[in-house]
Amino acid sequence: MSATDAFASPNLAEVDRQMNFCNACRYCEGLCAVFPAMELRRVFTPGELDYLSNLCHNCGACFYDCQYAPPHEIAINVPVAMAELREESYARYAWPRALAPVFARNGVWLTVGAALFVALFIGGFMAWKDPQVLFGVHVGEGAFYKIMPHYGMVGLFGAAFLYAIVASVMSLVTFWRAAGPIEGLSAISVARAMHDAATLRYLDGGGMGCMHESERPSDRRRLYHHFTFYGFLLCFAATGAGTLYHYAGVEAPYPYWHPVVILGVLGGIGLIVGPLGLLATRRERDPAITSANADGSARDMGTAFIIMLVATSATGLLLLVLRATPLMGITLALHLGVVFALFVSLPYSKFVHGIYRFAALVRHAHEQRVAHGAPAAAPAPAAERRAA
Amino acid sequence: MKRPTAPPGALKVDVLVAGGGNAAMCAAITAARNGASVLVVEKAPKAWRGGNTRHTRNMRVAHDEGNGILTGPYPFEEFWDDLQRVTKGNTNEELATLTLERSKELWDFLWAQGVRFQPSLGGTLSLGRTNAFFLGGGRSMLNALYRTAEDLGIDIRYDTELIDIDVEDGFFTGATIRDGDGTHRVEARGFVAASGGFEADLDWLADAWGPPAKNFLVRGTPYNTGSVLRLLIDKGFDQIGDPQQCHCVAIDGRAPKFDGGIVTRLDCVPFGIVLNAEGERFYDEGEDFWPKRYAIWGRLVAAQPDQVGHVLIDSKSINLFMPSVYPPERADTLEELCQKIGIDPTKVAETVATFNAACRGSHFDHTVHDDCHTEGLTPPKTHWARPIDTPPFYAYSLRPGITFTYLGIRVDREGHMLFADGAVSPNMFAAGEIMAGNILGEGYLAGIGMTIGSVFGRIAGQGVSTYVRN
Repeated sequence: MSATDAFASPNLAEVDRQMNFCNACRYCEGLCAVFPAMELRRVFTPGELDYLSNLCHNCGACFYDCQYAPPHEIAINVPVAMAELREESYARYAWPRALAPVFARNGVWLTVGAALFVALFIGGFMAWKDPQVLFGVHVGEGAFYKIMPHYGMVGLFGAAFLYAIVASVMSLVTFWRAAGPIEGLSAISVARAMHDAATLRYLDGGGMGCMHESERPSDRRRLYHHFTFYGFLLCFAATGAGTLYHYAGVEAPYPYWHPVVILGVLGGIGLIVGPLGLLATRRERDPAITSANADGSARDMGTAFIIMLVATSATGLLLLVLRATPLMGITLALHLGVVFALFVSLPYSKFVHGIYRFAALVRHAHEQRVAHGAPAAAPAPAAERRAA
Repeated sequence: MKRPTAPPGALKVDVLVAGGGNAAMCAAITAARNGASVLVVEKAPKAWRGGNTRHTRNMRVAHDEGNGILTGPYPFEEFWDDLQRVTKGNTNEELATLTLERSKELWDFLWAQGVRFQPSLGGTLSLGRTNAFFLGGGRSMLNALYRTAEDLGIDIRYDTELIDIDVEDGFFTGATIRDGDGTHRVEARGFVAASGGFEADLDWLADAWGPPAKNFLVRGTPYNTGSVLRLLIDKGFDQIGDPQQCHCVAIDGRAPKFDGGIVTRLDCVPFGIVLNAEGERFYDEGEDFWPKRYAIWGRLVAAQPDQVGHVLIDSKSINLFMPSVYPPERADTLEELCQKIGIDPTKVAETVATFNAACRGSHFDHTVHDDCHTEGLTPPKTHWARPIDTPPFYAYSLRPGITFTYLGIRVDREGHMLFADGAVSPNMFAAGEIMAGNILGEGYLAGIGMTIGSVFGRIAGQGVSTYVRN
């Protein structure tokens, strides 16, 4: 049933239109999670369409495999339709709602935020401390805290991080509810979703590989996403370990061999290689499957987030190199400003894709279990098998 | 064999393949792997390459045991019985045996070319044992074949049409092709025709069907105009298969003229009544389950005025079948509905009243052959007959949709094309829909078109490359 008029946005109406065609064809069923999820429904509520759009990894395989892709008059282009709805959905579930417009000009807001907080940290250090302290050489345990006291860092960043968590959770709850209630969510479904997220199982075209440049499969997006994701986790682990060491009485800066530094350096490298690689794959991407939003302009939240991640890791590694020089103070301000901006912008940046996608994977694992009495169908391993 | 000297500007190649679908690419890949240089001329632009393979999703293959995706064995004998049943014995036994035997090799062959498989799609469980489904469908399968062909150095030209071939004493000596820059001469020592049927040429169809053919919808590619088939017939090759025959099904009347493919199917007929443009019923809508009847409804609708049928459904039945991609017309009264679809309300009111009064039976069940039928009505509705009386009312339109044609060129077991006098051309081969009529004289078996295409594509590729190397 066409319900174009019933949808609040053209992006919802377009995904609804395309899903109605896809549901009558189903050739792409084995490619990813979106199509099996679609098949459980005949009509789609706006919340369910948002769910499907966040289940899509923008892999591209279904476009090249589609007999109805443009220039066909039916014009099915699931990667683009899903990408545009997905980005719209981020604003729809933003908390507080008043900050939803941040998504529309994400690049501008993230840049302004980063610049503002860097300036505030430099200005703050200048105002609080004698410039001689700021530009002095500090080495040994507690050197960073001569610039900014530890309790100040913990208080400020703890508050920012807490805010990011609260805003993200509030958004997640709204997103989850919009797709409808589910009953009897089991730990198995959550574990399945964690596995699928950790392995990027659906960024694989069902075993054939996914596409971004042409109909030739490429695993580069998957590889660089792994660098980014695990780099992020390692940096997070470094921060956590650093906190534990601090309260155990060992203060930063740590020597190069220290676990905190090793975790941070590895994570930092991941967070440089991964995002830069992703940026390259965005440039190489076939214009036919590129959303109009991914144009490098202010509305291009993917590029904005990638640059924030690179800035975070680059300033962190710079701090490691310059920590025994007079530039340490200013580099610290630079790093802390960027990290602070990253933290407060998390709920209003491309970062939210991780939250919504994971939630979508959980829902998918759950509903496939309910529908088929088993985990989501596993086309990839099965496709590896050969005839005797 | 002495190579003729090519005129300036001519393309020189060992093997010329006309067409760009499954059969053409299997032939080109096999020939290239056997050491031949190959030129593929595909009439369609790149975005539309591959003919009707674009719209396929599986291939029927014989196998002695399941393999995790194919759910169980499908032995040669069972495949043979299925083929005999649908063709009513109208098949060349030697070629059919060869096709079915060699279908066992196709899974591994296609896998080696990069094609991947998946379990049967939702709603097609009945084919899960017999048919290998392509991961991502026919276009994904084609993409894999084209990638392999490119990697093998095969010269693939899109927007390029074969317009003439030179045949001397039964030997192929060269061809003329046309692209955006004009016509070009091709010097090749072997030729494979794998360019499909003529189902997209409505004028040709009109020769067989008369003017109503102009109103047919073509479910597949608009590029299957049969120009190479016509060329070969004109050169004296032996045609096989009934030119009057085509595989014609009833599909949604609002489907695109070409290339509508799978999504244009409409499953509502058994749940309502079907009227022609004059507001009259013309066939038993409840004779059997729709998958067993949609093929005859193509011909039934083709025989009606303006080649159109209108399915009337009331709100009791609207949610009992897979929704179509095109929404039905809807109205609170039959009169208003008739105005929307442009048929005479008075006549329809009379037809519906007569039908409603004839309905008998009370145990409606669309999953079995139930007892709801008409009495004293011509034509009857033998199952699922319930009065059309509960508004809102809905209307869908039906039109004949052509899938493929049966007319082709006679071949031998090496894939050589035969002349009308029985002589064999040593270096001209055929594969795919253009010769499928040798095996599929009538009827249809899901996925067998692809089987014939791959088996004979490989045979033709092997034959032509062996010829050019000697």
